[in-house]
Amino acid sequence: MGRSTPSKDAQALFHSLHSAYAATPTNLKIIDLYILFAVFTAVIQVVYMAIVGSFPFNSFLSGVLSCVGTAVLAVCLRIQVNKENKEFKDLPPERAFADFVLCNLVLHLVIMNFLG
Amino acid sequence: MLIKDQTSEVDVHLGDADRIFRSIKALSQSDGRWRYSSNNPESSTYAAGIALETVAGLISLASSEIDHSLVATIKNDIMKLFDGVERYDDGACYFDEKFVDAHGHQDPLSASSSVVRGITAFATATEESLNLPGDKIMGLAKFFLGVEIPGSAKDLYHQIDALACLGNSRVSVPLILSLPATVLSVSRKDQLKVRVNTVLGSSAPPLSVKLMQIFSSGSKDASVIDQELKFDPDHAVHVLETLPKNIDVGKYIFSFEISLQDPEHKKRYITGGRTKVPIYITGLIEVNNAEIAVLDSDIGSIEMQKKLDLSGENDVALLANHLQKLRLSFQLTTPSGKAFKPHQAFLKLRHESGVEHIFVVGDSGKKFEIILDFLGLVEKFFYLSGKYDIQLTVGDFVMENSFLRSLGHVELDLPDAPEKAARPPPQLVDSYSRYGPKAEIIHIFRSPEKRPPRELSLAFLGFVLLPFIGFFAGLLYLRVNLKNLPRSTVPATFAFLFHLGIASVLLLYALFWFKLDLFTTLKALGILGIFLMFVGHRTLSHLASVSAKLKSA
Repeated sequence: MGRSTPSKDAQALFHSLHSAYAATPTNLKIIDLYILFAVFTAVIQVVYMAIVGSFPFNSFLSGVLSCVGTAVLAVCLRIQVNKENKEFKDLPPERAFADFVLCNLVLHLVIMNFLG
Repeated sequence: MLIKDQTSEVDVHLGDADRIFRSIKALSQSDGRWRYSSNNPESSTYAAGIALETVAGLISLASSEIDHSLVATIKNDIMKLFDGVERYDDGACYFDEKFVDAHGHQDPLSASSSVVRGITAFATATEESLNLPGDKIMGLAKFFLGVEIPGSAKDLYHQIDALACLGNSRVSVPLILSLPATVLSVSRKDQLKVRVNTVLGSSAPPLSVKLMQIFSSGSKDASVIDQELKFDPDHAVHVLETLPKNIDVGKYIFSFEISLQDPEHKKRYITGGRTKVPIYITGLIEVNNAEIAVLDSDIGSIEMQKKLDLSGENDVALLANHLQKLRLSFQLTTPSGKAFKPHQAFLKLRHESGVEHIFVVGDSGKKFEIILDFLGLVEKFFYLSGKYDIQLTVGDFVMENSFLRSLGHVELDLPDAPEKAARPPPQLVDSYSRYGPKAEIIHIFRSPEKRPPRELSLAFLGFVLLPFIGFFAGLLYLRVNLKNLPRSTVPATFAFLFHLGIASVLLLYALFWFKLDLFTTLKALGILGIFLMFVGHRTLSHLASVSAKLKSA
């Protein structure tokens, strides 16, 4: 019989995920790291707001939305750059990256305006 | 029509005076009016006046050449003109235009004045006398005198010129009766004075004035007096020595008649029959037997009574409750001893809070009396107990000593107000305080939001920067290939410029937040964007070609 305690199962699950993830190409890992960074920043902003109250609400919103927006754009970039994705086979990754940069710049213009 | 100058020194020979006369006459109408010219079919009274003046000028310049029968026809025209005169109710007469023409409608003042001028000139020019109806001349004089304030300088000219023509002309002169004062006081023993002059104020010939009738304002009948006024030559007035016996204070209409002493003057002057003048006789009214009392309601017995002297100030202090009544009575008599009914007799009760109540004092024939029953007035007084000031007002226009006196005060004890009673009306603000400075307005600003302490904010600033550092740490951990930057010069430049471009855009955003406005930012962004596009395109296409080569290779 196997040692089927829940912690052992969780550990096994974790290991398999980790090994699967290690196989992803480096540029995708960079994008994942960037997404994590954006989400963490958003979480910290929300915690701050929870502590001090939402007085300049527009500032809070613009901060959180900037993080969330850039995360979303990074996700789009990952989808487009991923070689295993058959839909975007013909799209050169540089083109996707250029779109990513442009959209980020527009997003940040709006964010800066809304920041107040 | 030209009005020819009437200068007597210059000897003017009119070539064909007769023909001119006839041509003027041809323009006359059947009702006495004249037309302006043969082209214009409308006739005008003003034109009649001008025509008469012109004819008068003609006659005075060349009287020997004109046929006198034509002069008689002109006189007939004048008579016809007078038949068309219009009247007001008070006897003033005037000439008015029938047709209104487009340019310059002549109002009654200028039309009448022009006719008067024409008639006067005509009468002066011809040596014959015109038999004009006297009452119409008098009516014209009244019309011109009745123009109180002329509207323009032109109107003033018409008025004064016409009055001057009526004053000293060969037409009959109206005599005007005027009174320097129409309000006479019995107590001061004023005398009635009457002046008689011509229209512009010059003296009249010797005459006598009689007071014929006196109409009193209330009753229809009139007493016939027929008393002659004495003439005072120093002041040129006629004086009525004593007023008739049974004249009391009040409003009357006196009727006068002028009679000329010299019968010759009767032809030249117009007296105008009976003249009616309204006269006010005033006097001191005696107030006596004034008393104020507090009565018990049911029985009527007097609880407190005080006598008042209404010629001076009083200060009585009374006490009453809601079961009692307040009674005020007094008598008014005229100088000749009759009972007098004034126009106004009010009693005012004023509470210390400012609420006022006004009552009319009734007249019972013999005396004036008012009884205030507090039982019925409790609701009207809004159940306000306290000190009420009493004020009495008696007034009339023939009463020389009308008064408004404060009589004192009464302490009223009223029951308490029930739940549903009406509140007294809010008192008016004193007019001085209404325009005085108002209370200072203290602005209530919204209290600013509570901001977090500075240290907490700075701590969180550090926390926010943590993921950023974590990102770079992770990149290093992944051993990310940062060496993929192109080595050769041109692509390297572009790559460098690409990174520089992105950095500059981010810097622009930071500036935008700190200082700039949107429009400047957008302008700068446009420029940088174009640059960035160009550079980025070059870099990325270079990268793409490199990777494509790698793939194909």
